[in-house]
Amino acid sequence: MKRRESLKLIVTGAVAVPAVVAGCGPDEKKAEVAAANPTFTIDRNPAEIENEKRILAMPKFFTDHEMATIAILSDIIIPKDEVSGSATDAKVPEFIEFIVKDMPNHQTPLRGGLRWLDMQSLNRYNNAFKDCSKEQQIELIDQIAYPAKAKPEVAQGVSFFNKMRDMVATGFYTSQIGVKDIGYMGNVPTQWNGVPDDVLKQYGLAYTEKELKECISFEKPTA
Amino acid sequence: MGDFQIKKQPKQYDVVIVGSGAGGGMAAYALSKEGLSVCLLEAGYMYDPQKNITQLKNPWESPRRGASTKLRPFGDFDASYYGWDIEGEPYTKASGTDWLWWRARMLGGRTNHWGRISLRFGPKDFKRKSIDGLGDDWPIGYEDIKPYYDKIDELIGIFGTNEGLENDPDGVFLPPPKPRLHELFIKRAAEQAQVKVIPSRLSILTKKIKSTTDDRGACFFCGQCNRNCSMAKADFSSTNVLIYPALKTAKVDVVANAMAREVLTNKEGLATGVSYINKEDMSEYQVSGKVVIVAAGACESSRLLLNSKSQRHPNGLANSSGVVGKYLHDSTGAALGGYLPTLFGRKRYNEDGVGGLHVYSPWWLDNKKLDFPRGYHIEYWGGMGQPAYGFMGGIESFNGKYLVNGVKKEAGGYGKSLKEDYRYFYGASVGMAGRGEAIPREDNYCEIDPNVVDKFGIPVLKFNVKWSDYEVKQAKHMKETFKEIMHNMGAVITWGANDDEKNQYGLAKPGEIIHEAGTVRMGSSAKNSALNSWNQAHDCKNLFVVDGGAFTSQADKNITWTILALSMRASDYIVSELKKNNL
Repeated sequence: MKRRESLKLIVTGAVAVPAVVAGCGPDEKKAEVAAANPTFTIDRNPAEIENEKRILAMPKFFTDHEMATIAILSDIIIPKDEVSGSATDAKVPEFIEFIVKDMPNHQTPLRGGLRWLDMQSLNRYNNAFKDCSKEQQIELIDQIAYPAKAKPEVAQGVSFFNKMRDMVATGFYTSQIGVKDIGYMGNVPTQWNGVPDDVLKQYGLAYTEKELKECISFEKPTA
Repeated sequence: MGDFQIKKQPKQYDVVIVGSGAGGGMAAYALSKEGLSVCLLEAGYMYDPQKNITQLKNPWESPRRGASTKLRPFGDFDASYYGWDIEGEPYTKASGTDWLWWRARMLGGRTNHWGRISLRFGPKDFKRKSIDGLGDDWPIGYEDIKPYYDKIDELIGIFGTNEGLENDPDGVFLPPPKPRLHELFIKRAAEQAQVKVIPSRLSILTKKIKSTTDDRGACFFCGQCNRNCSMAKADFSSTNVLIYPALKTAKVDVVANAMAREVLTNKEGLATGVSYINKEDMSEYQVSGKVVIVAAGACESSRLLLNSKSQRHPNGLANSSGVVGKYLHDSTGAALGGYLPTLFGRKRYNEDGVGGLHVYSPWWLDNKKLDFPRGYHIEYWGGMGQPAYGFMGGIESFNGKYLVNGVKKEAGGYGKSLKEDYRYFYGASVGMAGRGEAIPREDNYCEIDPNVVDKFGIPVLKFNVKWSDYEVKQAKHMKETFKEIMHNMGAVITWGANDDEKNQYGLAKPGEIIHEAGTVRMGSSAKNSALNSWNQAHDCKNLFVVDGGAFTSQADKNITWTILALSMRASDYIVSELKKNNL
């Protein structure tokens, strides 16, 4: 990814993060809460509202440099393909920025891992990771993306990449794009009428007479 | 503190209830329906499932994608406020012992998020000492409680099937949902291992019923009972099914954020009301009633009684026997899980079903042939769930082990190939957990810590609980059974299989299963029990305890249905005793 593109993403992403206002007046505070509220559209109790106001008011954790690197890594892990968009399409970097504030135990492994990656890039290619060519980036990632065949001297990089893979997967598959990609079809009112017939057939299974008699059935089968 | 004073509520209630979960909610409902005035104290926040909604929300509506926090330990969409760790409300443990204490702090308590597994105790469960010589018999038998189980089934609604099992009695059941795909595989594999599998028994309405309120609908199968059924009120929670309907009688006043300090008594030793601190204004209040019902949860109830000392009740209220806080026991629990490779690359469809298991295994063995007493039931899960924080984490530990769409790959990876892996492995998880009966023991107890108070100045509980060999052997048996079932269906175990005596075979910590009971137990003698067979204190006739604290033993069944039945029964008794001027 081009430097300019990734920067553009960061800028777009930053819009979602409320600016930090220290010592602001009551009106500004109200505006800040209004900006923060749309991010949680689920029931919150008073203690949670306090806690989340605190988190959303925190200064940005990652530097622009780090965010650019996270965006590149995210799209290496989950690129756009014929089924769905990429991790940055799904705003995974913004998710990662939020989650490290919410769960500070992620901060050091991610910050340190990003720096580890930059130092490796600098030694190998004389550039920070984000400024390396796509080929160089992939060459380095190939060293740490496959735990079973990675060399012992890059073990820390493997740990970091495992963590990034998990982070990006969570951010992506819990997004609207990702839920559609993985094919989760629930979370909607329906009538459960049992495993569809073609699936039962595929696995050589059938409901027993007892089950068919005692279980609830609906006229219209599950879509 | 210049104007520090205790504010006495002028209203004299018929009944003051402490705690709004299953026991307190049922008492508030039953008593207000009989025309009694009720003050319902709740230590947590006000909560209305019709307004406080997480049901049918998408994972991205939580910026932490459903991950848990201290304030919502079962995840951002779960309906329980608080749980394991409450700021300013500590508890302590004796060294070398363990206890995890779940405290929901909200109207309706943990019934807003519970598993809805609603199992009647069977005839044997009330008479265990007569059978195996351990613990004590209840002062009542199945025949005493059966009419109330029947009433609860009809009033609240439950699905299941009448199987004619001796110790898992038939009920008044709605039809259960059909098993999901993984449950069909589990059923076949379990039956090969001689483990019985039958439809689960959950308090979820698969059909609309006439209930406590006429606006309860039928389940629409979103699988989110733990979020509480805001949309259809189709599952049981104390809020939707008992408290809000009770409020319509105009006989009930709810006081939320009210942390009970003490049950007040007069010089005759009778209960006169409850003192509490209002967490919102931090002021001290007293509310008076002709009858006091304690239903704060087994441990919190014993804490309140032990903290209610007076000249007439020097060991704490209802505690002349010294048993309050003792015989504390939780369900045993152990679990394992993994993948069912036959489901890799499966066809997508909506299999949310009801919240939780469609099938389960009631205890199926004879203890005479085993090296531990009592039994356990098995709960199952798996399949295509809504993605949440931690989604398919650690994929590098298994994506190199199986052909993905016919191709062998290197573990880990990234890119389009990784996306293919997530799609391929999604929906193939399967797991199971046992929930068993521990032996209640006098030396497993909670007591008042002499040195520690909470932020309201209320002395806190100190726990002293250890598992015995009985429970450890039960966990070992669970794991062996689960491994056999997993093996029979060709599943791969990815967690929970590496157990030995050092980790007690994966036995959950005491308290962790959140079925605590026994601390204010019933019995026929005032010498070794706190309550009589009507949940009424031996030492104080107008004091009742209607939560799990009252249980003499808790069976291998989740305790909520029995709490509800006993609370309804105690409420009937209170009404009739009040009419006779006996209280």
